[in-house]
Amino acid sequence: MENIVQNIQGVPLNHYIIFCSIIFAIGVIGVLIRRNVIIIMMSIELMLNAVNLLLAAFSAYRGDASGQVFVFFVMALAAAEVAVGLAIIIMVYRNTKSVDIETLSKLRW
Amino acid sequence: MTELLWLIPLIPFLGFVLNGLGRNLFPKAIYGIIGTGAVFIAFILSAFLFQEIWSLQKAGQSAAITQHLFDWFSVGNFKVSLSFLVDPLSAAMLLIITGIGFLIHLYSYSYMHEDKGLGKFFAYLNLFVFFMLLLVMGSNYLVMFIGWEGVGLCSYLLIGFWFTNSSYASAAKKAFVMNRIGDLGFLIAMFFILEHFGTLEYSAVFSQAASLSIGDSTIVIITLLLFVAATGKSAQIPLFTWLPDAMAGPTPVSALIHAATMVTAGIYMVVRSNVLFMLSPLTMEIMAIIGLATALIAAFIALTQNDIKKVLAYSTVSQLGYMFLALGVGAFTGAFFHVLTHAFFKALLFLGAGSVIHAMGNEQDMRKMGGLRKALPITFFTMCLGTIAISGIPPFAGFFSKDEILAHAFQHNVVLWGVGLLTAICTAFYMFRLLFMTFFGSFRGTADQKAHLHESPWQMTFPLIILAFLSVVGGWINLPEAVGGSHALANFLAPIYKGSRLADFDLALSHQTEYLLMGVSAIVAIVMAIVAYTMYGKMDGKPMTEKNEGFLYRLSYNKLYVDELYDAIIVRPLQSLSTFLHTYVEKLGIDGFVNGIASFFVGSGKGIRQLQSGYVGFYILMMVFGVIAILIYGMVRI
Repeated sequence: MENIVQNIQGVPLNHYIIFCSIIFAIGVIGVLIRRNVIIIMMSIELMLNAVNLLLAAFSAYRGDASGQVFVFFVMALAAAEVAVGLAIIIMVYRNTKSVDIETLSKLRW
Repeated sequence: MTELLWLIPLIPFLGFVLNGLGRNLFPKAIYGIIGTGAVFIAFILSAFLFQEIWSLQKAGQSAAITQHLFDWFSVGNFKVSLSFLVDPLSAAMLLIITGIGFLIHLYSYSYMHEDKGLGKFFAYLNLFVFFMLLLVMGSNYLVMFIGWEGVGLCSYLLIGFWFTNSSYASAAKKAFVMNRIGDLGFLIAMFFILEHFGTLEYSAVFSQAASLSIGDSTIVIITLLLFVAATGKSAQIPLFTWLPDAMAGPTPVSALIHAATMVTAGIYMVVRSNVLFMLSPLTMEIMAIIGLATALIAAFIALTQNDIKKVLAYSTVSQLGYMFLALGVGAFTGAFFHVLTHAFFKALLFLGAGSVIHAMGNEQDMRKMGGLRKALPITFFTMCLGTIAISGIPPFAGFFSKDEILAHAFQHNVVLWGVGLLTAICTAFYMFRLLFMTFFGSFRGTADQKAHLHESPWQMTFPLIILAFLSVVGGWINLPEAVGGSHALANFLAPIYKGSRLADFDLALSHQTEYLLMGVSAIVAIVMAIVAYTMYGKMDGKPMTEKNEGFLYRLSYNKLYVDELYDAIIVRPLQSLSTFLHTYVEKLGIDGFVNGIASFFVGSGKGIRQLQSGYVGFYILMMVFGVIAILIYGMVRI
């Protein structure tokens, strides 16, 4: 455990923050510009993991384990979310023969 | 007997209710019996009441009977009660209203017999009598005001009785609107009285006013406003144009409302408020001048009118002007005396004119009449008496009342007397012109009309005969001392001047002067009768054509262009102001503002709705922008 903390602290905190911001931004842009639902799901995972990484980094720098505990919660939830999300995507694909998000605009006014 | 005086107005009101509710149910005779009977009962009661007042006064007691019916409303210290006051003035008015009212109701039954709205007609007439009685019997200004408004309403209803004719309907509207202008004056005057005296009861107001000094500014305002009210109701300059138009109503209405009773309400009100008016010399002067101007102008217009009712209408305006002249020079009794005699002979003349119109098959143009004295002997004879009476030839009624007014005017100011005499000359001329054009010469109407000529039935001639009798002897109730009389009416009315500063206005002319004045006015009247005879007495054959040359003639024929003048200076500017207000202020301003708010929200809704595109990507983009905006805000704040 000490080892891991030291490993993490081997990299300056700023680098983590910039790196996480870049990953998060890639996730956001992916959600915004991609039309494939599976890619959008992946982009969401990307955002979640950016946040997870940042939480872990802060946790290590502060010497407080609760941040890492929180990361586990997020992972568990993300796993559940992906399970439900993929199930929805499969149902959508069965009905529309497509995973294009634009085809899901039937309820628009 | 005196406890029953509330019955006097109530019975005509019941007549109104019965006839009004049953206006389509009863046979014609029932309407006549209810309508005429109600007024007759009121007349009998009034006669008893008058006799009571008379004997009270003879016994030297206070001749004012007050009956308190109930408190109408009370606000703080201010109480208004519905109560009646009968004193010599209102007792005399009661006799005029119910007596002449009864005769005219009787006449109406025959005159309006063929009309489909007979029940409605009698209902309106009874309602009018009710309001008129309320007006004269009220013991405070508010009850008078109810009557004042009510008679205006009835006048409107009856002028517009044949409302399917749109010009009649607009004549009714004109009368109503002009009356309303005056009524506003009355209303404001009441507010002032209330503010100043704290009460509207005559007795309290007058006893407080008696101690005020002459020329008190509040009193001047109050009396001027009351005079404005009187100009509306009694058709004085500038509000007189409604009365000639009011001739659109059936002839008995003209006789009852627009000659004998309602139009004299203004004079009654001023006489009633004599205590207030005597405190304001300014108002008195204005009243005299306005009255005289009205008398002269109306007489001048009457000279050339060809519609028999229009002549009588302008004559009425002119005589009312005389009465205001009398009030203005302080001859309150003279004014009331003239109200009395005028009620007799003008009602007679109107009813006679109605009889002529009836015989001619609704023809009112005198140019198409002529020579009717053989076909309508009773009408001719009675109208002849009425004409002599109004022209001021002794010893008929009009002579004495007019002479009294002229004598007072002479004492006040010789110019007033001179103009008054000029008016009297005009009066004699146009009245005899009317008489000669209608009854002398040869018949100028169509053959159909000639075959239709007939004397009216007894219901119409009986009132004529009674009124003719009264027109002859009516003047003898107030003979001046110069001819051996004792001013009986003046003595009878004396109690109502209690507390008034009237003493300065007592007639103080020598008998020689009075004889001279009487002689002059009698001679000019006779001369004008002869002049009228030479001009109109021998008209023959063809419907005559009036010579249209002459500036004065055209001025008179076109009624001095007063209607056109009012149209140009009041109606048109008001109309264009209204159009301006309508198009710019109302439509653009107010509507524009309200609709603008609505369309702002409609438009902004339409615009903002575009954001709700249904594209999830777009929402997320917006959310991202939002988050970024919050972050930037947070950074900047730090």
